Amino acid sequence: MAQFSVNRRDMSARPLTLYEKIWNAHLVERRDDGTCLIYIDRHLVHEVTSPQAFEGLRIAGRPVRRPELTLAVPDHNLPTTPRVDAAGRVLPIADAESAQQLDALRRNTAEFGIDYIDATAVEQGIVHVIGPELGFTLPGTTLVCGDSHTSAHGALGALAFGIGTSEVEHVLATQTLLLGQAKTMEVRVDGTLGFGVSAKDVILAIIGTIGAAGGSGHVIEFTGKVIRGLSIEGRLTIANMSIEAGARAGLIAPDETTFAYLQGRPMAPMGAEWERAVAWWRTLPSDAGARYDKVFRIDATAIAPSLTWGTSPEDVVPITGVVPAPDSFADPAKRAAAQKSLDYMGLTAGTAMRDVAVQHVFIGSCTNSRIEDLRAAAAVADGRTVAKGVRALVVPGSGQVKRQAEAEGLDRIFVAAGFEWREPGCSMCLAMNPDKVPPGERCASTSNRNFVGRQGPGARTHLLSPAMAAAAAVTGRLADVRDLMTS
Amino acid sequence: MEPVTQVSGRAYPWGAKNIDTDVIIPAHWLKTISREGLGKGAFETVRAQPGNIFDDPAYAGSPILIAGDNFGCGSSREHAAWALVDMGIAAVIAPSFSDIFSGNAFKNGIIPVVLPQEAIDRLIEVTKTDIVTIELETMTVTTAFQDRFVFALDAFRRQCLMEGLDEIGLTLARDTAISKFEGAMHASRPWIEGRSGYAGIAIDGDRRT
Repeated sequence: MAQFSVNRRDMSARPLTLYEKIWNAHLVERRDDGTCLIYIDRHLVHEVTSPQAFEGLRIAGRPVRRPELTLAVPDHNLPTTPRVDAAGRVLPIADAESAQQLDALRRNTAEFGIDYIDATAVEQGIVHVIGPELGFTLPGTTLVCGDSHTSAHGALGALAFGIGTSEVEHVLATQTLLLGQAKTMEVRVDGTLGFGVSAKDVILAIIGTIGAAGGSGHVIEFTGKVIRGLSIEGRLTIANMSIEAGARAGLIAPDETTFAYLQGRPMAPMGAEWERAVAWWRTLPSDAGARYDKVFRIDATAIAPSLTWGTSPEDVVPITGVVPAPDSFADPAKRAAAQKSLDYMGLTAGTAMRDVAVQHVFIGSCTNSRIEDLRAAAAVADGRTVAKGVRALVVPGSGQVKRQAEAEGLDRIFVAAGFEWREPGCSMCLAMNPDKVPPGERCASTSNRNFVGRQGPGARTHLLSPAMAAAAAVTGRLADVRDLMTS
Repeated sequence: MEPVTQVSGRAYPWGAKNIDTDVIIPAHWLKTISREGLGKGAFETVRAQPGNIFDDPAYAGSPILIAGDNFGCGSSREHAAWALVDMGIAAVIAPSFSDIFSGNAFKNGIIPVVLPQEAIDRLIEVTKTDIVTIELETMTVTTAFQDRFVFALDAFRRQCLMEGLDEIGLTLARDTAISKFEGAMHASRPWIEGRSGYAGIAIDGDRRT
């Protein structure tokens, strides 16, 4: 113990960031060329990016090294309509390709001995919702998944990032990855969140300022008073969209909020192991004086409820703003891109965002489908009615979120207002299942990407917070949620 | 993977910024359980527009794509790299790439070449009439007009490309080091594998109401 404290006081030791501490704790070995073999503690698998990885293992005759460190669940392809009939019989998936891919996940996990959560289980949900919810995601772990929004798990202080299918296979076979160390970037959010402003508005404002490639090559650590004051749900929204700023991962230091969230979750450590884990987790936050390669500071007090106008997540304006003119951008490439975006989005420069009518509202996705998100949307929907000509979907992120929302009566508020209350899954975020936005129609969406065709061919997406989405649903246009709220 | 040392040919002169993976391969193509045949879905929304560069006979079958900043941003789908391979693209030249796409590209034998915007602008002009040559040995992009642009490449990834190495095979050869790490982890962070509060979740769905 004495030795330990002497080491900690060693003034010659360089102060380390959270990222460096997790990296060092997972370094198996460093190659002469600088590439590092990094141990992976946690691996989440879904149906879309894993079939070719399992096939690769099968062809090479390789087993899964540590099957108990991987957890599989279907989410992307699943329809969000009921999965069993009144008699409890499992309903078939109409789309043959989706059914084949979902079946492949079930067969592959059984063959390789990996835990699998079926579509009909209450534990099923979006992979980035169930990880934290089950306590599978833990501070100080390395966590990967064949999905870019894996960055979400950084909200609990896990070094979490999306990987391709070849890397999924690499992790299954070796429980490691060959990686180069990333640069670090601190995004410090100070000030106070204004009335009607949520974590989604904060991350949209950050991406709108630093750009869709602003975090490229870096792991972002979100710090500051506003981040510390957020719940785990809010932090998950922030870390989730780190990838939309191009970052390799997003991290938030574990603290009492994190420990309180995790304690007692089914896959979190218990008893003496819990105490031991918490003691280690407390050593993880970045040391005073730790240096980042880049620092970006933002005052949250100045952030208004925000949304996107274009086809990149960096195309952000406050709801009080107007559709920007392409000429207003200095960069010629951005100017050309902005014009194409406006054409695709069917918008004219100078139009007030609040004058834009929507036909669809989507409340869900790994960014905003947790209980707090549904509460925020329900608070706006309560006693109001979805506007004529608007189809509004609420898709809980998991069976457990759905169950809790129903226990709180949120489903009845939504249904009474004319929203559809659906089964958990990725739904209208990415046009891989029956929930799509038709060509030329406009959607106010709590998801994370407004790319061309993302919600369906020709679909027009505006990213915003759950409360703002509910405001759009009941007014039939992009609306300032503050006008519908009482302080 | 086949070793790659050089890519030479015409290049699609696109140059657009923030080309995301939904543009490279839309999500409805991701329902496949194979790596093959995705070329027909590549750039589907771009190809739906008349006069697009991919259907211009002048560039048909080009092994190189020239793009703008942040190429391959968005999803981690390796289908984007598989789609490019399937349509015959062996290298992408851009001022910057998304980290995940870049990794996926290397693993499928595609060279992601990073060059400054001035070089991109010049190569877009050249490829309208002539070929471009990428050499991994010298890490250069050259043209018949004496242009010579030097690029940087991660040493390990370059070696994997040039020797056609199987990364999983390389890592499996480090089994002793991995086992040693696991032994130390078992002592220092037992909760990672301990499952103290967890009896195993193999949920087959009968608990949902």
